[in-house]
Amino acid sequence: MDMVQTEKLVFEYEKRDEEGNVIGSSRAIDQVDIDVKEGQFIAILGHNGSGKSTFAKHINAILVPTEGTMWVNGRNTGDPDELWNVRQSAGMVFQNPDNQIIGTVVEEDVGFGPENLGVPTEEIWRRVEDSLKAVGMIEYRHHSPNKLSGGQKQRVAIAGVVAMEPKCIVLDEPTAMLDPVGRKEVLKTVQKLREQKKVTVILITHYMEEVVDADKIYVMDHGRVVMEGTPREVFSRVDELKSYRLDVPQATLLADELRKRGLKIPEGILKKEELVNALCQ
Amino acid sequence: MIRDITIGQYYPAKSMIHRLDPRVKLVCTLLYLVSLFMFRSISGYLIATLFLAAVIRISRVPFSFIVRGLKPIVMLLMITVLFNLFLTRNGEVLFHAWIFTVTEGGLVTAVYMAVRLIYLIIGSSLMTFTTTPNELTDGIEALLHPLNKIHVPVHEVAMMMSIALRFIPILLEETDKIMKAQIARGADFESGNIIQRAKSMIPLLVPLFVSAFRRANDLAMAMEARCYRGGEGRTKMKPLRYKYRDYAAYIVMIAYVVLVVAVGRMLPLHVWIF
Repeated sequence: MDMVQTEKLVFEYEKRDEEGNVIGSSRAIDQVDIDVKEGQFIAILGHNGSGKSTFAKHINAILVPTEGTMWVNGRNTGDPDELWNVRQSAGMVFQNPDNQIIGTVVEEDVGFGPENLGVPTEEIWRRVEDSLKAVGMIEYRHHSPNKLSGGQKQRVAIAGVVAMEPKCIVLDEPTAMLDPVGRKEVLKTVQKLREQKKVTVILITHYMEEVVDADKIYVMDHGRVVMEGTPREVFSRVDELKSYRLDVPQATLLADELRKRGLKIPEGILKKEELVNALCQ
Repeated sequence: MIRDITIGQYYPAKSMIHRLDPRVKLVCTLLYLVSLFMFRSISGYLIATLFLAAVIRISRVPFSFIVRGLKPIVMLLMITVLFNLFLTRNGEVLFHAWIFTVTEGGLVTAVYMAVRLIYLIIGSSLMTFTTTPNELTDGIEALLHPLNKIHVPVHEVAMMMSIALRFIPILLEETDKIMKAQIARGADFESGNIIQRAKSMIPLLVPLFVSAFRRANDLAMAMEARCYRGGEGRTKMKPLRYKYRDYAAYIVMIAYVVLVVAVGRMLPLHVWIF
Protein backbone atom coordinates (compact mmCIF):
# COMPACT_ATOMS: atom_id res chain seq x y z
CA MET A 1 0.00 0.00 0.00
CA ASP A 2 1.16 3.52 -0.69
CA MET A 3 2.13 6.00 1.97
CA VAL A 4 -0.73 8.36 1.27
CA GLN A 5 -3.55 7.45 -1.02
CA THR A 6 -6.87 9.13 -1.65
CA GLU A 7 -9.85 8.01 -3.59
CA LYS A 8 -12.37 10.58 -4.80
CA LEU A 9 -11.75 12.67 -1.72
CA VAL A 10 -14.39 15.33 -1.06
CA PHE A 11 -14.51 17.79 1.79
CA GLU A 12 -17.27 20.30 2.37
CA TYR A 13 -17.31 23.15 4.83
CA GLU A 14 -20.72 23.72 6.32
CA LYS A 15 -22.02 27.25 6.17
CA ARG A 16 -24.06 28.17 9.18
CA ASP A 17 -26.36 31.09 9.95
CA GLU A 18 -26.21 32.98 13.23
CA GLU A 19 -28.23 30.38 15.12
CA GLY A 20 -25.89 27.64 13.96
CA ASN A 21 -28.24 25.99 11.48
CA VAL A 22 -26.64 24.58 8.39
CA ILE A 23 -27.62 26.72 5.42
CA GLY A 24 -25.38 25.24 2.81
CA SER A 25 -21.94 23.98 2.16
CA SER A 26 -18.93 24.87 0.11
CA ARG A 27 -16.64 22.32 -1.40
CA ALA A 28 -13.00 22.84 -0.43
CA ILE A 29 -11.83 19.56 -1.94
CA ASP A 30 -13.55 18.05 -4.92
CA GLN A 31 -12.89 14.49 -6.12
CA VAL A 32 -9.19 14.41 -5.45
CA ASP A 33 -7.10 11.31 -6.22
CA ILE A 34 -3.53 11.48 -5.02
CA ASP A 35 -0.95 8.72 -4.60
CA VAL A 36 2.24 9.15 -2.66
CA LYS A 37 4.76 6.32 -2.58
CA GLU A 38 7.07 5.76 0.34
CA GLY A 39 10.21 7.90 0.26
CA GLN A 40 8.91 10.26 -2.38
CA PHE A 41 9.07 14.05 -2.29
CA ILE A 42 5.69 15.34 -3.38
CA ALA A 43 4.72 18.97 -3.80
CA ILE A 44 1.22 20.34 -3.85
CA LEU A 45 0.93 23.77 -5.40
CA GLY A 46 -1.97 26.11 -5.44
CA HIS A 47 -3.05 29.67 -4.97
CA ASN A 48 -4.96 30.86 -1.87
CA GLY A 49 -8.26 29.05 -1.55
CA SER A 50 -7.25 26.20 -3.81
CA GLY A 51 -7.91 23.66 -1.06
CA LYS A 52 -4.28 22.65 -0.60
CA SER A 53 -4.19 23.37 3.13
CA THR A 54 -7.51 21.63 3.66
CA PHE A 55 -6.01 18.64 1.91
CA ALA A 56 -2.94 18.76 4.15
CA LYS A 57 -5.14 18.64 7.25
CA HIS A 58 -6.70 15.44 5.95
CA ILE A 59 -3.37 13.65 5.91
CA ASN A 60 -3.11 14.20 9.65
CA ALA A 61 -6.78 13.40 10.26
CA ILE A 62 -7.40 16.88 11.66
CA LEU A 63 -10.18 16.95 9.09
CA VAL A 64 -11.92 13.82 7.90
CA PRO A 65 -13.36 13.37 4.41
CA THR A 66 -17.01 14.20 3.74
CA GLU A 67 -16.98 11.66 0.92
CA GLY A 68 -14.36 9.32 -0.44
CA THR A 69 -11.52 7.76 1.48
CA MET A 70 -8.00 8.58 2.46
CA TRP A 71 -5.40 6.05 3.58
CA VAL A 72 -2.24 7.03 5.37
CA ASN A 73 0.29 4.24 5.75
CA GLY A 74 -2.50 1.78 5.03
CA ARG A 75 -4.85 3.17 7.66
CA ASN A 76 -8.15 4.81 6.96
CA THR A 77 -8.17 8.35 8.37
CA GLY A 78 -11.95 8.30 8.76
CA ASP A 79 -11.73 5.48 11.31
CA PRO A 80 -11.68 6.98 14.84
CA ASP A 81 -9.82 3.93 16.17
CA GLU A 82 -6.93 4.61 13.81
CA LEU A 83 -6.73 8.33 14.60
CA TRP A 84 -3.56 8.23 16.73
CA ASN A 85 -1.83 5.77 14.44
CA VAL A 86 -2.51 8.06 11.52
CA ARG A 87 -1.22 11.08 13.40
CA GLN A 88 1.89 9.21 14.37
CA SER A 89 2.61 8.06 10.82
CA ALA A 90 2.15 11.51 9.34
CA GLY A 91 3.70 14.43 11.18
CA MET A 92 2.62 17.93 10.34
CA VAL A 93 4.44 21.25 10.27
CA PHE A 94 2.23 24.32 10.10
CA GLN A 95 2.65 27.77 8.66
CA ASN A 96 2.98 29.96 11.73
CA PRO A 97 6.09 28.99 13.72
CA ASP A 98 4.90 30.78 16.86
CA ASN A 99 1.59 28.99 17.07
CA GLN A 100 2.92 25.46 16.97
CA ILE A 101 5.68 25.59 19.54
CA ILE A 102 4.30 24.43 22.87
CA GLY A 103 7.41 24.24 25.02
CA THR A 104 9.22 27.23 26.47
CA VAL A 105 12.60 25.65 25.94
CA VAL A 106 13.60 24.23 22.58
CA GLU A 107 14.35 20.71 23.82
CA GLU A 108 11.12 20.52 25.84
CA ASP A 109 9.13 21.41 22.78
CA VAL A 110 10.82 18.72 20.73
CA GLY A 111 10.05 16.27 23.53
CA PHE A 112 6.34 17.12 23.53
CA GLY A 113 5.39 14.72 20.75
CA PRO A 114 7.24 11.66 22.10
CA GLU A 115 5.81 12.41 25.55
CA ASN A 116 2.32 12.23 24.12
CA LEU A 117 3.13 8.92 22.48
CA GLY A 118 4.16 7.43 25.80
CA VAL A 119 7.79 6.88 24.82
CA PRO A 120 10.06 5.97 27.78
CA THR A 121 12.18 8.79 29.21
CA GLU A 122 15.63 7.66 27.99
CA GLU A 123 14.26 7.10 24.52
CA ILE A 124 12.74 10.61 24.52
CA TRP A 125 16.13 12.11 25.29
CA ARG A 126 17.77 10.10 22.52
CA ARG A 127 15.12 11.16 20.03
CA VAL A 128 15.26 14.82 21.05
CA GLU A 129 19.02 14.91 20.64
CA ASP A 130 18.85 13.03 17.37
CA SER A 131 16.20 15.23 15.80
CA LEU A 132 17.74 18.48 17.00
CA LYS A 133 20.99 17.36 15.38
CA ALA A 134 19.15 16.44 12.20
CA VAL A 135 17.79 19.99 11.83
CA GLY A 136 21.04 21.58 13.01
CA MET A 137 19.57 23.20 16.12
CA ILE A 138 21.36 21.19 18.79
CA GLU A 139 23.33 24.16 20.10
CA TYR A 140 20.05 25.98 20.79
CA ARG A 141 18.55 23.18 22.88
CA HIS A 142 18.40 25.24 26.08
CA HIS A 143 17.18 28.43 24.40
CA SER A 144 13.75 29.97 24.57
CA PRO A 145 11.93 29.69 21.23
CA ASN A 146 10.92 33.35 21.49
CA LYS A 147 14.49 34.44 20.92
CA LEU A 148 14.94 32.45 17.71
CA SER A 149 14.48 33.69 14.15
CA GLY A 150 11.53 32.51 12.08
CA GLY A 151 13.60 29.99 10.16
CA GLN A 152 15.08 28.60 13.36
CA LYS A 153 11.64 28.31 14.97
CA GLN A 154 10.39 26.43 11.96
CA ARG A 155 13.39 24.07 12.18
CA VAL A 156 12.51 23.43 15.82
CA ALA A 157 8.96 22.67 14.76
CA ILE A 158 10.31 20.21 12.19
CA ALA A 159 12.50 18.61 14.87
CA GLY A 160 9.39 18.25 17.04
CA VAL A 161 7.76 16.25 14.27
CA VAL A 162 10.88 14.23 13.45
CA ALA A 163 11.15 13.20 17.12
CA MET A 164 7.85 11.36 16.74
CA GLU A 165 9.54 9.29 14.03
CA PRO A 166 6.80 9.57 11.45
CA LYS A 167 7.03 7.85 8.09
CA CYS A 168 5.78 10.92 6.33
CA ILE A 169 6.13 14.63 7.05
CA VAL A 170 3.56 17.08 5.76
CA LEU A 171 4.70 20.68 5.56
CA ASP A 172 1.79 23.07 5.18
CA GLU A 173 3.27 26.27 3.74
CA PRO A 174 6.20 26.15 6.16
CA THR A 175 7.95 29.09 4.54
CA ALA A 176 5.04 31.44 3.95
CA MET A 177 5.83 33.61 6.97
CA LEU A 178 9.61 33.57 6.62
CA ASP A 179 12.14 35.88 5.02
CA PRO A 180 14.23 34.53 2.11
CA VAL A 181 17.06 33.45 4.42
CA GLY A 182 14.69 31.54 6.69
CA ARG A 183 13.03 30.00 3.66
CA LYS A 184 16.33 28.61 2.40
CA GLU A 185 17.19 27.32 5.87
CA VAL A 186 13.94 25.37 6.12
CA LEU A 187 14.17 23.92 2.63
CA LYS A 188 17.75 22.83 3.17
CA THR A 189 16.67 21.13 6.39
CA VAL A 190 13.88 19.28 4.62
CA GLN A 191 16.28 18.22 1.89
CA LYS A 192 18.74 16.89 4.49
CA LEU A 193 16.03 15.00 6.32
CA ARG A 194 14.97 13.26 3.14
CA GLU A 195 18.51 12.10 2.52
CA GLN A 196 19.24 11.04 6.10
CA LYS A 197 15.96 9.60 7.31
CA LYS A 198 14.39 8.57 4.02
CA VAL A 199 11.06 10.02 5.08
CA THR A 200 8.29 10.76 2.67
CA VAL A 201 7.82 14.52 2.33
CA ILE A 202 4.68 16.29 1.20
CA LEU A 203 5.35 19.98 0.73
CA ILE A 204 2.43 22.32 0.33
CA THR A 205 3.36 25.72 -0.96
CA HIS A 206 2.77 28.42 -3.50
CA TYR A 207 6.42 29.18 -4.07
CA MET A 208 7.35 27.37 -7.27
CA GLU A 209 11.10 27.65 -6.64
CA GLU A 210 10.76 25.30 -3.68
CA VAL A 211 9.43 22.39 -5.67
CA VAL A 212 11.90 22.00 -8.55
CA ASP A 213 13.46 18.97 -6.81
CA ALA A 214 10.16 17.23 -6.17
CA ASP A 215 9.48 13.75 -7.56
CA LYS A 216 6.00 14.77 -8.50
CA ILE A 217 3.91 17.91 -8.44
CA TYR A 218 0.18 18.29 -8.05
CA VAL A 219 -1.38 21.64 -8.87
CA MET A 220 -4.69 22.36 -7.19
CA ASP A 221 -7.29 24.96 -8.06
CA HIS A 222 -10.77 25.34 -6.60
CA GLY A 223 -10.47 22.05 -4.77
CA ARG A 224 -9.52 19.98 -7.81
CA VAL A 225 -6.23 18.61 -8.99
CA VAL A 226 -5.75 20.39 -12.30
CA MET A 227 -2.21 19.42 -13.22
CA GLU A 228 0.13 16.64 -12.20
CA GLY A 229 3.50 15.35 -13.24
CA THR A 230 7.21 15.85 -12.72
CA PRO A 231 8.44 19.42 -12.26
CA ARG A 232 9.71 19.40 -15.86
CA GLU A 233 6.34 18.35 -17.23
CA VAL A 234 4.37 20.80 -15.14
CA PHE A 235 6.67 23.77 -15.64
CA SER A 236 6.70 23.35 -19.38
CA ARG A 237 3.07 24.46 -19.39
CA VAL A 238 3.78 28.05 -18.38
CA ASP A 239 0.57 29.60 -19.68
CA GLU A 240 -1.58 27.04 -17.92
CA LEU A 241 0.22 27.65 -14.64
CA LYS A 242 -0.29 31.37 -15.03
CA SER A 243 -4.00 30.82 -15.48
CA TYR A 244 -4.04 29.25 -11.99
CA ARG A 245 -2.39 32.40 -10.66
CA LEU A 246 0.90 30.68 -9.88
CA ASP A 247 4.26 32.31 -10.39
CA VAL A 248 6.58 30.28 -12.55
CA PRO A 249 10.28 30.23 -11.49
CA GLN A 250 12.17 33.07 -13.12
CA ALA A 251 14.47 30.84 -15.16
CA THR A 252 11.52 28.90 -16.54
CA LEU A 253 9.65 32.09 -17.34
CA LEU A 254 12.59 33.62 -19.18
CA ALA A 255 13.20 30.42 -21.11
CA ASP A 256 9.55 30.33 -22.10
CA GLU A 257 9.54 33.96 -23.29
CA LEU A 258 12.75 33.41 -25.27
CA ARG A 259 11.34 30.32 -26.91
CA LYS A 260 8.23 32.22 -27.93
CA ARG A 261 10.48 34.76 -29.64
CA GLY A 262 12.04 31.97 -31.66
CA LEU A 263 15.11 30.91 -29.73
CA LYS A 264 15.80 27.20 -29.67
CA ILE A 265 15.51 26.38 -26.01
CA PRO A 266 14.14 23.07 -24.72
CA GLU A 267 10.92 23.05 -22.72
CA GLY A 268 10.75 22.62 -18.97
CA ILE A 269 13.81 24.52 -17.83
CA LEU A 270 13.81 24.66 -14.02
CA LYS A 271 17.06 26.13 -12.83
CA LYS A 272 19.27 29.05 -13.70
CA GLU A 273 22.19 26.74 -14.57
CA GLU A 274 20.11 24.81 -17.07
CA LEU A 275 19.08 28.02 -18.79
CA VAL A 276 22.69 29.20 -18.94
CA ASN A 277 23.71 25.88 -20.51
CA ALA A 278 20.87 26.00 -23.00
CA LEU A 279 21.74 29.56 -24.03
CA CYS A 280 25.45 28.91 -24.38
CA GLN A 281 25.09 25.98 -26.74
CA MET B 1 7.79 49.81 27.29
CA ILE B 2 5.35 46.94 27.40
CA ARG B 3 8.12 44.41 26.86
CA ASP B 4 9.68 45.35 30.17
CA ILE B 5 7.20 43.14 32.00
CA THR B 6 9.26 40.23 33.19
CA ILE B 7 6.85 38.50 35.55
CA GLY B 8 6.41 34.87 34.65
CA GLN B 9 9.39 34.69 32.35
CA TYR B 10 12.13 32.15 32.48
CA TYR B 11 15.68 33.39 32.76
CA PRO B 12 18.04 30.72 31.43
CA ALA B 13 21.15 30.26 33.55
CA LYS B 14 23.04 27.40 35.10
CA SER B 15 22.70 27.68 38.83
CA MET B 16 21.99 25.56 41.85
CA ILE B 17 18.52 27.08 42.09
CA HIS B 18 17.78 26.33 38.45
CA ARG B 19 18.63 22.69 38.98
CA LEU B 20 16.39 22.20 42.01
CA ASP B 21 13.28 20.08 41.71
CA PRO B 22 10.30 22.29 40.83
CA ARG B 23 8.32 20.81 43.71
CA VAL B 24 11.00 22.05 46.09
CA LYS B 25 10.88 25.50 44.56
CA LEU B 26 7.09 25.64 44.72
CA VAL B 27 6.88 24.54 48.33
CA CYS B 28 9.76 26.76 49.38
CA THR B 29 8.32 29.79 47.62
CA LEU B 30 5.01 29.21 49.34
CA LEU B 31 6.78 28.85 52.69
CA TYR B 32 8.75 32.01 52.07
CA LEU B 33 5.61 33.99 51.19
CA VAL B 34 3.89 32.77 54.35
CA SER B 35 6.99 33.42 56.43
CA LEU B 36 6.93 37.06 55.37
CA PHE B 37 3.81 37.50 57.48
CA MET B 38 5.00 35.53 60.46
CA PHE B 39 7.26 38.08 62.11
CA ARG B 40 7.02 41.67 63.14
CA SER B 41 10.42 42.86 64.24
CA ILE B 42 13.17 44.50 62.32
CA SER B 43 15.43 41.50 62.92
CA GLY B 44 12.90 39.32 61.08
CA TYR B 45 13.09 41.66 58.09
CA LEU B 46 16.85 41.52 58.22
CA ILE B 47 16.86 37.74 58.08
CA ALA B 48 14.23 37.66 55.31
CA THR B 49 16.28 40.18 53.33
CA LEU B 50 19.52 38.28 53.78
CA PHE B 51 17.86 35.03 52.79
CA LEU B 52 16.31 36.55 49.67
CA ALA B 53 19.60 38.24 48.74
CA ALA B 54 21.44 34.95 49.14
CA VAL B 55 18.95 33.09 46.97
CA ILE B 56 19.11 35.79 44.28
CA ARG B 57 22.90 35.56 44.39
CA ILE B 58 22.90 31.79 44.02
CA SER B 59 20.29 31.88 41.25
CA ARG B 60 22.53 34.08 39.05
CA VAL B 61 19.55 36.05 37.81
CA PRO B 62 20.76 39.65 37.44
CA PHE B 63 19.29 41.96 40.04
CA SER B 64 18.35 44.57 37.42
CA PHE B 65 16.30 41.92 35.63
CA ILE B 66 14.37 41.18 38.81
CA VAL B 67 13.77 44.85 39.54
CA ARG B 68 12.32 45.36 36.09
CA GLY B 69 9.65 42.83 37.04
CA LEU B 70 8.52 45.15 39.83
CA LYS B 71 7.53 47.99 37.52
CA PRO B 72 3.98 46.83 36.81
CA ILE B 73 3.13 46.63 40.49
CA VAL B 74 4.29 50.15 41.34
CA MET B 75 0.69 51.41 41.21
CA LEU B 76 -0.53 48.70 43.58
CA LEU B 77 2.40 49.38 45.85
CA MET B 78 1.63 53.12 45.97
CA ILE B 79 -2.01 52.49 46.87
CA THR B 80 -1.07 50.11 49.67
CA VAL B 81 1.54 52.48 51.02
CA LEU B 82 -0.79 55.49 50.94
CA PHE B 83 -3.64 53.64 52.61
CA ASN B 84 -1.41 52.34 55.35
CA LEU B 85 0.25 55.69 55.76
CA PHE B 86 -2.91 57.72 56.23
CA LEU B 87 -5.32 55.26 57.73
CA THR B 88 -3.21 53.68 60.44
CA ARG B 89 -3.51 55.71 63.62
CA ASN B 90 -0.95 54.53 66.07
CA GLY B 91 1.64 56.23 68.20
CA GLU B 92 2.95 59.73 67.90
CA VAL B 93 1.53 62.06 65.26
CA LEU B 94 4.29 63.07 62.90
CA PHE B 95 2.37 65.20 60.46
CA HIS B 96 -1.10 66.60 60.23
CA ALA B 97 -2.78 68.54 57.44
CA TRP B 98 -6.52 68.76 56.73
CA ILE B 99 -7.82 65.17 56.81
CA PHE B 100 -4.40 63.62 56.44
CA THR B 101 -2.65 62.42 59.53
CA VAL B 102 0.59 60.54 59.51
CA THR B 103 1.48 58.69 62.67
CA GLU B 104 4.63 56.91 63.59
CA GLY B 105 2.81 53.58 63.51
CA GLY B 106 1.36 54.39 60.09
CA LEU B 107 4.75 55.20 58.67
CA VAL B 108 6.24 51.99 59.98
CA THR B 109 3.33 49.89 58.74
CA ALA B 110 3.48 51.52 55.32
CA VAL B 111 7.18 50.87 54.93
CA TYR B 112 6.90 47.30 56.18
CA MET B 113 3.92 46.57 53.99
CA ALA B 114 5.79 47.88 50.97
CA VAL B 115 8.81 45.77 51.81
CA ARG B 116 6.66 42.69 52.28
CA LEU B 117 4.90 43.21 48.96
CA ILE B 118 8.17 43.73 47.13
CA TYR B 119 9.64 40.58 48.69
CA LEU B 120 6.46 38.74 47.83
CA ILE B 121 6.79 39.64 44.17
CA ILE B 122 10.54 39.08 44.04
CA GLY B 123 10.19 35.76 45.84
CA SER B 124 7.55 34.41 43.52
CA SER B 125 9.09 35.80 40.34
CA LEU B 126 12.41 34.28 41.36
CA MET B 127 10.64 30.95 41.15
CA THR B 128 9.40 31.58 37.61
CA PHE B 129 12.78 33.00 36.57
CA THR B 130 14.54 29.83 37.59
CA THR B 131 11.93 27.26 36.59
CA THR B 132 10.86 26.63 33.03
CA PRO B 133 7.08 26.69 32.69
CA ASN B 134 7.18 23.04 31.74
CA GLU B 135 8.96 22.17 34.98
CA LEU B 136 6.57 24.41 36.85
CA THR B 137 3.63 22.59 35.32
CA ASP B 138 5.16 19.25 36.21
CA GLY B 139 5.72 20.46 39.76
CA ILE B 140 2.18 21.74 40.19
CA GLU B 141 0.82 18.59 38.61
CA ALA B 142 2.82 16.39 40.95
CA LEU B 143 1.92 18.40 44.04
CA LEU B 144 -1.77 18.55 43.21
CA HIS B 145 -1.92 14.97 42.01
CA PRO B 146 -3.95 13.77 45.03
CA LEU B 147 -6.78 16.07 43.88
CA ASN B 148 -7.21 13.84 40.84
CA LYS B 149 -9.13 11.47 43.09
CA ILE B 150 -11.88 14.04 43.55
CA HIS B 151 -11.99 14.59 39.78
CA VAL B 152 -10.07 17.84 39.60
CA PRO B 153 -8.54 17.99 36.08
CA VAL B 154 -5.04 18.60 37.42
CA HIS B 155 -3.15 17.82 34.23
CA GLU B 156 -5.38 20.04 32.09
CA VAL B 157 -5.08 22.97 34.49
CA ALA B 158 -1.32 22.58 34.63
CA MET B 159 -1.12 22.43 30.82
CA MET B 160 -3.25 25.56 30.51
CA MET B 161 -0.98 27.43 32.87
CA SER B 162 2.17 26.49 31.05
CA ILE B 163 0.68 27.51 27.71
CA ALA B 164 -0.47 30.82 29.18
CA LEU B 165 3.06 31.47 30.36
CA ARG B 166 4.52 30.56 26.97
CA PHE B 167 2.24 33.03 25.22
CA ILE B 168 2.71 36.00 27.55
CA PRO B 169 5.76 37.37 25.69
CA ILE B 170 4.17 36.67 22.31
CA LEU B 171 0.96 38.49 23.16
CA LEU B 172 2.90 41.36 24.70
CA GLU B 173 4.87 41.75 21.51
CA GLU B 174 1.63 41.65 19.58
CA THR B 175 0.09 44.32 21.82
CA ASP B 176 3.08 46.49 21.11
CA LYS B 177 2.67 45.97 17.38
CA ILE B 178 -1.07 46.68 17.37
CA MET B 179 -0.51 49.76 19.50
CA LYS B 180 2.00 51.13 17.02
CA ALA B 181 -0.30 50.30 14.12
CA GLN B 182 -3.20 52.11 15.78
CA ILE B 183 -1.04 55.08 16.72
CA ALA B 184 0.02 55.29 13.08
CA ARG B 185 -3.68 55.51 12.23
CA GLY B 186 -4.15 58.37 14.68
CA ALA B 187 -5.24 56.53 17.82
CA ASP B 188 -4.45 58.29 21.05
CA PHE B 189 -3.62 56.17 24.08
CA GLU B 190 -1.97 58.82 26.21
CA SER B 191 -4.29 61.78 26.75
CA GLY B 192 -7.75 62.32 28.21
CA ASN B 193 -9.28 61.31 31.50
CA ILE B 194 -9.50 57.78 32.74
CA ILE B 195 -12.78 56.95 30.94
CA GLN B 196 -11.52 58.30 27.62
CA ARG B 197 -8.35 56.33 28.07
CA ALA B 198 -10.26 53.16 28.82
CA LYS B 199 -12.34 53.75 25.69
CA SER B 200 -9.24 54.29 23.61
CA MET B 201 -8.12 50.80 24.59
CA ILE B 202 -10.95 49.23 22.56
CA PRO B 203 -9.13 49.43 19.21
CA LEU B 204 -6.23 47.74 20.96
CA LEU B 205 -8.14 45.00 22.73
CA VAL B 206 -10.42 43.89 19.91
CA PRO B 207 -7.66 42.92 17.47
CA LEU B 208 -5.65 41.45 20.32
CA PHE B 209 -8.52 39.17 21.32
CA VAL B 210 -9.20 38.15 17.75
CA SER B 211 -5.59 37.23 17.26
CA ALA B 212 -5.40 35.42 20.60
CA PHE B 213 -8.34 33.23 19.62
CA ARG B 214 -6.79 32.53 16.25
CA ARG B 215 -3.55 31.55 17.93
CA ALA B 216 -5.42 29.33 20.38
CA ASN B 217 -7.09 27.59 17.47
CA ASP B 218 -3.80 27.05 15.66
CA LEU B 219 -2.09 25.82 18.78
CA ALA B 220 -4.85 23.36 19.60
CA MET B 221 -4.53 21.97 16.10
CA ALA B 222 -0.74 21.74 16.36
CA MET B 223 -1.03 19.95 19.69
CA GLU B 224 -3.53 17.46 18.32
CA ALA B 225 -1.35 16.90 15.29
CA ARG B 226 1.41 15.92 17.68
CA CYS B 227 -0.85 13.34 19.27
CA TYR B 228 -1.76 15.27 22.42
CA ARG B 229 -4.71 13.60 24.10
CA GLY B 230 -4.64 14.73 27.70
CA GLY B 231 -2.57 13.44 30.57
CA GLU B 232 -3.41 9.77 30.22
CA GLY B 233 -0.67 7.51 28.90
CA ARG B 234 1.76 10.38 28.71
CA THR B 235 5.38 9.87 29.67
CA LYS B 236 7.73 12.57 30.84
CA MET B 237 10.90 13.77 29.24
CA LYS B 238 12.02 15.19 32.56
CA PRO B 239 10.40 13.09 35.29
CA LEU B 240 10.61 14.50 38.78
CA ARG B 241 12.97 12.70 41.12
CA TYR B 242 14.19 14.10 44.40
CA LYS B 243 17.95 14.31 44.71
CA TYR B 244 20.20 15.08 47.65
CA ARG B 245 20.29 18.78 46.86
CA ASP B 246 16.50 18.87 46.98
CA TYR B 247 16.43 17.44 50.50
CA ALA B 248 19.18 19.89 51.42
CA ALA B 249 17.07 22.74 50.07
CA TYR B 250 14.10 21.63 52.16
CA ILE B 251 16.28 21.56 55.27
CA VAL B 252 17.69 25.03 54.56
CA MET B 253 14.18 26.34 54.01
CA ILE B 254 12.82 24.87 57.22
CA ALA B 255 15.80 26.22 59.14
CA TYR B 256 15.12 29.66 57.69
CA VAL B 257 11.44 29.59 58.59
CA VAL B 258 12.15 28.48 62.15
CA LEU B 259 14.84 31.13 62.50
CA VAL B 260 12.81 33.97 61.07
CA VAL B 261 9.76 33.16 63.15
CA ALA B 262 11.68 32.64 66.35
CA VAL B 263 13.95 35.64 65.98
CA GLY B 264 11.31 37.84 64.44
CA ARG B 265 8.96 37.28 67.34
CA MET B 266 11.34 37.24 70.21
CA LEU B 267 14.30 39.48 69.67
CA PRO B 268 14.11 42.83 71.45
CA LEU B 269 14.60 44.92 68.31
CA HIS B 270 10.88 45.11 68.33
CA VAL B 271 8.61 47.35 66.32
CA TRP B 272 5.01 46.29 66.61
CA ILE B 273 2.67 46.37 63.71
CA PHE B 274 -0.43 44.41 64.46
